[in-house]
Amino acid sequence: MIQTRIRKRFAPGPESAGFSLDLEFEAESGITVLFGPSGSGKTLTLDCIAGFVRPDEGRILLDDQILFDGAARVHLPAQARHCGYVFQNYALFPHMTLRQNLEFAVERIPRLERHRKVNEILEKFHLADVSGRRPYELSGGQKQRCSIARALIGSPRLLLLDEPARGLDAPLRAELYTVLRQVREEFGVPAILVTHDLDECFELGDGVIVLREGHVVQSGSPRKVFEQPANVDVARLLGLYNLLPVEIRGLDPGRNMSRLRYQDFDLTGPYFPGRLIGDRVWLCIRPDLLSVSPGNGRPGMNQMRATLLRVVEKPERARMEFAGEIAVEVPRIEFEKNRAVKEWLIEFPQSSLRIL
Amino acid sequence: MYYPMSINWFPLWLSLRVAAISTALALAIGLWLAWILANRQFRGKELLDTAVTLPLVLPPTVLGYYLLVFLGRHSPIGQLYEWLFGGPLVFSWQAAVVAALFHSTPLLVKSARAAFESVDRSYERAARNLGASELRLFWRVTLPLARRSILAAAALAFARSLGDFGVTLMIAGNIPGRTQTVALAIYDAVEAGKGNVALVLVLIISALAMLILTVANRLTSSPYGPRQTAL
Repeated sequence: MIQTRIRKRFAPGPESAGFSLDLEFEAESGITVLFGPSGSGKTLTLDCIAGFVRPDEGRILLDDQILFDGAARVHLPAQARHCGYVFQNYALFPHMTLRQNLEFAVERIPRLERHRKVNEILEKFHLADVSGRRPYELSGGQKQRCSIARALIGSPRLLLLDEPARGLDAPLRAELYTVLRQVREEFGVPAILVTHDLDECFELGDGVIVLREGHVVQSGSPRKVFEQPANVDVARLLGLYNLLPVEIRGLDPGRNMSRLRYQDFDLTGPYFPGRLIGDRVWLCIRPDLLSVSPGNGRPGMNQMRATLLRVVEKPERARMEFAGEIAVEVPRIEFEKNRAVKEWLIEFPQSSLRIL
Repeated sequence: MYYPMSINWFPLWLSLRVAAISTALALAIGLWLAWILANRQFRGKELLDTAVTLPLVLPPTVLGYYLLVFLGRHSPIGQLYEWLFGGPLVFSWQAAVVAALFHSTPLLVKSARAAFESVDRSYERAARNLGASELRLFWRVTLPLARRSILAAAALAFARSLGDFGVTLMIAGNIPGRTQTVALAIYDAVEAGKGNVALVLVLIISALAMLILTVANRLTSSPYGPRQTAL
């Protein structure tokens, strides 16, 4: 388990606005994803854990070992931290063969044992055939696997991955995910993975920590974070939702109902405990939970008439963007049937309405 | 037309020997200084940087004067040398080595520092992350990756050692057969009106310098296929 509580300030310079990292989180076994937009301090956090950057204050605890303690002036050198680090661009030593790269990581152990270990890991990562090549003679996938193998061969207590999928095409990305899942099962080493990719978060994350401007804004299982973003900032970061400013016009706990006003349109939602009539809040709803029907007939309850502005078509789904900043995702076939229609009725299912 | 002439080759051999020894010493001292300047943050770093660069801009006679003061027979260093080796340092061929050393080390430090700084930091981070001590990191990662630039710098330092005139004159003198290096020999030949002797030496030195520059240029082109960059 890794416990991190760190603070690091960068004073504003003539060309930079300054930055302050101030966060606290814990990560158990499995893969913990540090998720956030670029500039949110993800990689900086990783570098603090690895010992490349010294935080101003705080404490980093890995299992029962103190890696950093500001008050006690403990700052273990990177060499003594036993954290395997997978660099964004692999950082394989270009003047060494793949085998030498791996041997470099286990040079302290006796020769025979070292040889056995290297061979074993070469087999495991399907690299035995190319072990005599230099990094520039390897394919992207091989380099990727080699950098993970090199980080793991010394039996680290924690694996740190800095945007490992950045710049990879779709097949390589899928391969990487397979490798990482294999690593999670076979090596059992806890990992912290930095990414700004939602799919990656969902595919690999046992837990996710959402960062924004150097702070943790939410943490939990990916499923929970996506279904219930803690606040409008998280929802914006995830970029998955319709976020509509609404006013609460009525609350009825007895019938589990509420009345919301969006522009000149009334919605009926579930009862929201802890809110007051007159509160201005954000209605947060996933585009795939809304449904649409063609035509400009009379809107029924929770239906809203809207003009279609733009459609983004994907192989399986179509994302329909309406006036009033509402997006709806439907299976593409459904949209195909009414391709020419401009006026639609959008239905907001009462139970799926959430406010932030 | 052909004038028979007799050339004394001693100055050329002396110069080559002096340049070789001083380049070896410059590498030992220069790499260490360059590494410190490239990697360490400490008080007085700028002062050290300035001090190392100073010989590049000082007039050779000024540098030679300082060396005479600090290495002369009455200075502690000069006396220590005399006690150790049984003869004075100044006005010996070893003094020519010292002169060449001070003439060429600043150049080597500058180039080597740039070479060390151009090694991608992520390789050094990776090495530390994999448990490599700073010493092993230097020998196994930084130095091999900077190797070609450093060899190029050493070649240039060699060329510069070969060409020193002023500092050598000040502390080693111009003693034919003992401390007269090729640069001094050319000066003497011209003074004495032996134009063709000077010409031969000049041509040899020019050819050597061109060869060294070519080697240095070849060395500084990228060794590992297309340039690999890592963030």
